Amino acid sequence: MLPTPDTSHVSFDTIYEPAEDSYLFLDTLSSASESKWLSERFKKSTSTSSDSSNSVPLVVEAGTGSGVVLAFAAAQSEHIFGRQDILTLGIDVNRNACIATRETVSAAIKTVQQDTKLNTVHISSITSDLCTALRPGSVDVLLFNPPYVPTEELPRLPTESENDSTKSKSMSRSAKFESDSYFLSLTYAGGADGMETTNRLLEAIPGVLSDRGVAYVLLCKQNRPDEVKERIRAWGGWNAESVGSSGMQAGWEKLVIVRIWRQEAS
Amino acid sequence: MKVITANFVTCAVKECKTSAASFPLHFHDAELEQQELDFQPEFIRNVLPRVDWDSLRITANELGFPSLPETKPEGDALNEEQTLKDLHRLLLETQVIEGKLVCGNCGHQYVIKEGIANFLLPSHLV
Repeated sequence: MLPTPDTSHVSFDTIYEPAEDSYLFLDTLSSASESKWLSERFKKSTSTSSDSSNSVPLVVEAGTGSGVVLAFAAAQSEHIFGRQDILTLGIDVNRNACIATRETVSAAIKTVQQDTKLNTVHISSITSDLCTALRPGSVDVLLFNPPYVPTEELPRLPTESENDSTKSKSMSRSAKFESDSYFLSLTYAGGADGMETTNRLLEAIPGVLSDRGVAYVLLCKQNRPDEVKERIRAWGGWNAESVGSSGMQAGWEKLVIVRIWRQEAS
Repeated sequence: MKVITANFVTCAVKECKTSAASFPLHFHDAELEQQELDFQPEFIRNVLPRVDWDSLRITANELGFPSLPETKPEGDALNEEQTLKDLHRLLLETQVIEGKLVCGNCGHQYVIKEGIANFLLPSHLV
């Protein structure tokens, strides 16, 4: 088994602690079938070195939390993408998660570099709402482990001052508890059908992915994965397949990971 | 935040997406830090196809780097080690620690603090 990136430096007061869904992501990306598919899509051509198909893939994760998934993709880029030169960019609405991710990814890359050649670089972690700040057509691989739990209300996004960790240091115990609970709610609360945030991400996919782009989105049973896939196929020119699952419950998988990609690019 | 990031981000305001002036965002008051990374010529050669050259020239200029050539290096120029080393230093070794990224269309300022840029918009801009 490929090693899980170290997240022992992360404080889970406001950040999602890696759990079954995170590990399903790791297992799916590194599975024999998925890493073969990705390696074929992103492998370097052997012809000329200036060939644009050799261009390094940009791998973006929306909602990185601790950074464990992005760090795994970075550290295992040779196994998963068939190349040791990817660029990673992390996005989260929680500034603490961005700081944690930067460290998790950089440390995972350094650990691998002690034994093997790895050029992969983590270029940034940014606080942002999903893909709204990304240049259109720039993302080759988009990873999303959403807040997927159906909830009555969808929590609003944090303000700049709520994201200022110097302020939380001077908070009373109860104010800090309230603030921590709010940030944790952002990691799981998905609103109606658990799909409100995921739907916004899905809508952004055709605009933000490159021609060779592919997205991996995790869904739970209550999100009705089959309907989601049907909806994506109805966009025209797009395909969606389940490529990983875990936790059988009454004959249904509790969690699935759906791969979404353009049909025309082979 | 490594300088190459500026090549992948744009203004988060919906109305700015269609304006050419929203890319690249413009660095203001940038504080830089250098972090040494192994120089791999082939890696830089494969990063270059990803780069929008005109906007990188603007970024380099704003950060006080020597002017980049008018056109993206190609052919023999991709074997000139000094050219690749300069790009390696600018794109991957240079980090923006503090400063702002400013949209040329709406003027919104995205603040960079301790290397993390904040693209969350205040509620009146969402």
